[in-house]
Amino acid sequence: MVELWHSYGLPTAITVAEILAIIVPLLLAVAYLTYAERKVLAAAQLRKGPNVVGPFGLFQPLADGLKLLMKETVIPAGANRVVFIAAPIITFVLSLVAWAVIPFDAGMVLANINVGILYLFAISSLGVYGIIMAGWSSNSRYAFLGGLRSAAQMVSYEVSIGFVIVSVLLCVGSLNLSDIVEAQKTVWYCLPLFPMFIVFFISGLAETNRSPFDLPEGESELVAGFFVEYSSMTFALFYLGEYANMILMSAMTSILFLGGWLPPFGVAPFTWIPGPIWFFAKIAFVLFCFLWVRATMPRYRYDQLMRLGWKVFLPLSLAWLAATAAFLVFTGRLPA
Amino acid sequence: MSADLGSANEATIKSFTMNFGPQHPAAHGVLRLVLEMNGEVIERADPHIGLLHRGTEKLIEYKTYIQATPYFDRLDYVSPMCQEHAFALAIEKLMGITPPPRAQYIRVMFAEITRILNHLLNLTAFALDVGAITPLLWGFEEREKLMEFYERASGARLHANYFRPGGVHQDLSPGLLEDIAAFCDQFPKRIDDLEQLLTENRIFKQRTVDIGRMTREQAIDWGFSGPMLRASGVPWDLRKAQPYDVYGDMDFDIPIGKNGDCWDRYLVRMEEMRQSLRIIKQCIDQMPSGPHMVDDRKIAPPPRAEMKTSMEALIHHFKLYTEGYHVPAGETYTAVEAPKGEFGVYLVADGSNRPYRCKIRAPGFAFLQSTDFVSRGHMLADVVAIIGSMDIVFGEIDR
Repeated sequence: MVELWHSYGLPTAITVAEILAIIVPLLLAVAYLTYAERKVLAAAQLRKGPNVVGPFGLFQPLADGLKLLMKETVIPAGANRVVFIAAPIITFVLSLVAWAVIPFDAGMVLANINVGILYLFAISSLGVYGIIMAGWSSNSRYAFLGGLRSAAQMVSYEVSIGFVIVSVLLCVGSLNLSDIVEAQKTVWYCLPLFPMFIVFFISGLAETNRSPFDLPEGESELVAGFFVEYSSMTFALFYLGEYANMILMSAMTSILFLGGWLPPFGVAPFTWIPGPIWFFAKIAFVLFCFLWVRATMPRYRYDQLMRLGWKVFLPLSLAWLAATAAFLVFTGRLPA
Repeated sequence: MSADLGSANEATIKSFTMNFGPQHPAAHGVLRLVLEMNGEVIERADPHIGLLHRGTEKLIEYKTYIQATPYFDRLDYVSPMCQEHAFALAIEKLMGITPPPRAQYIRVMFAEITRILNHLLNLTAFALDVGAITPLLWGFEEREKLMEFYERASGARLHANYFRPGGVHQDLSPGLLEDIAAFCDQFPKRIDDLEQLLTENRIFKQRTVDIGRMTREQAIDWGFSGPMLRASGVPWDLRKAQPYDVYGDMDFDIPIGKNGDCWDRYLVRMEEMRQSLRIIKQCIDQMPSGPHMVDDRKIAPPPRAEMKTSMEALIHHFKLYTEGYHVPAGETYTAVEAPKGEFGVYLVADGSNRPYRCKIRAPGFAFLQSTDFVSRGHMLADVVAIIGSMDIVFGEIDR
């Protein structure tokens, strides 16, 4: 019995504890990301933002969550019930499972698998299913159009994201996320691969359906897009999923281009601050850029977004990939 | 194979019909558009009106002239005073009276404040329609200040009921002119801020340039007026073409566009705001002193103080606000350059104290009827931009 506990029970318990240690702060971060978004937008728009519930409105996200929880879940008459309910669950779960491979510090990772980046890529590709299912099963034209737009959009931008990631991998020589961070000890990849950094950031905006690429939920055309028919917790799950994806994208940006948990300079005052703090600071910075863009940019039109993805980003990232490979090969810096 | 056999084998492709509005964030009130689409491309746009119909024109026939004025605030509720202006001018024309110079200056000044009010809302809501959320909030900050001027002059922020036949209802409150002048000094900076966010923004230009193009001829054929017509390159502005009140003395330019697309309409309106500021400044500088209303007790109410001592004044007041005044029989079409375009009132008087007929020409109606024509072949998102650039307010279209 004791042996059974030691060989199966304890590792399971530890893993569950680790999962909780990631998910609980993550959900809290999601809640406060909505708060941060409202505050940042308010600052840009000469408003105050939430400031009534709790000190500085800090309990606003909790109040919002409670409100959504108390509401009735409305399922439209013509909807496919199973798919309709499954869609938000898929979106939400996928946005959480991706965090399994994100390293917060050296060795501080739930699953240090050596194809981490492929895993992330697979998970983020699956994310489109939740949206397509939601758009189709709602039996609403707005939702349907939103779902179609979203599918096309995510697929297009994943292609360029893929090439950007490959050019990073060429420099690192590993698919393991921890190795990718360690390889940036000398210089963060956002400097030598600067154009790719920009392409990745913009594609990240598109991938997470954020402004100026928020067409699937284009407020002024499709009202709320694919989740127009959703209410209560089903709506909340989409919302949580979307924001968790934003944080995930920011984490990926930090890992691939901003040196993950590494301090900007490996000297005294910077190294005193622990790695996870650097990591969170970088995520926060990228998230701020997400919100900043939302406050300033109009929205692309559907075909313009496609053109940007296929005719600008794809050739650019391809060309840069070839250039990177050529540079690495001819200067003999290609990692073994 | 014969032609009809071929068509029998083909499946009939039914286009995707979408109901856009009336409860839609970009429908600007209660517009209902039935869109027939091929994918995202519009094949037919069918605007439905009437959801805000209140029978204003008929109601006016049952009200005395002075009671009818507030209805004009409620037509295009974004630019109330300009419409009162048209009605006041129409009655003045029939009665053959001219308001005193101070009243004319006040009217022109407030008509231009109204233009800024209207354009601020339209431009920023247009930006919101193409996805930029911040300009709207910035614009409202400034609109709030202008609304306060409304309130200080007339007592109401929106439905002012301030322009009356024969002048304006009351004189400007002390200090108001100085505050409007102060506003004029800081407002160009705000326009610059808005322009910085939008005008040369690539995404904004991609969304607006060459969208909803109307050539010069098309714009005239569809009965366009105001900024919509000027954006297509026709320098037609009633303030210049047939000046009313003191517009003839004012020095201002009429911006015109070249391509008649959404971007040109945006630019024309932006520039019109700056020109309006010029007119307001001139009004403030040249503001004459004197009465704000014609000195005729049959048309203008007596001052409050006089009513406390003079029996005759009390009687005048009573008669004016119950029976009203009789307008000599006749008819007139009087139009003003409202912020949206030519706003006209066709007034038929039969010599009684109520209009026999009051037909209102709303500029927005002409814009809306072209929706199908301009949006064919564009995408769904463009329809939103086109409607936004048309400056549609349903209060005046449905009347």
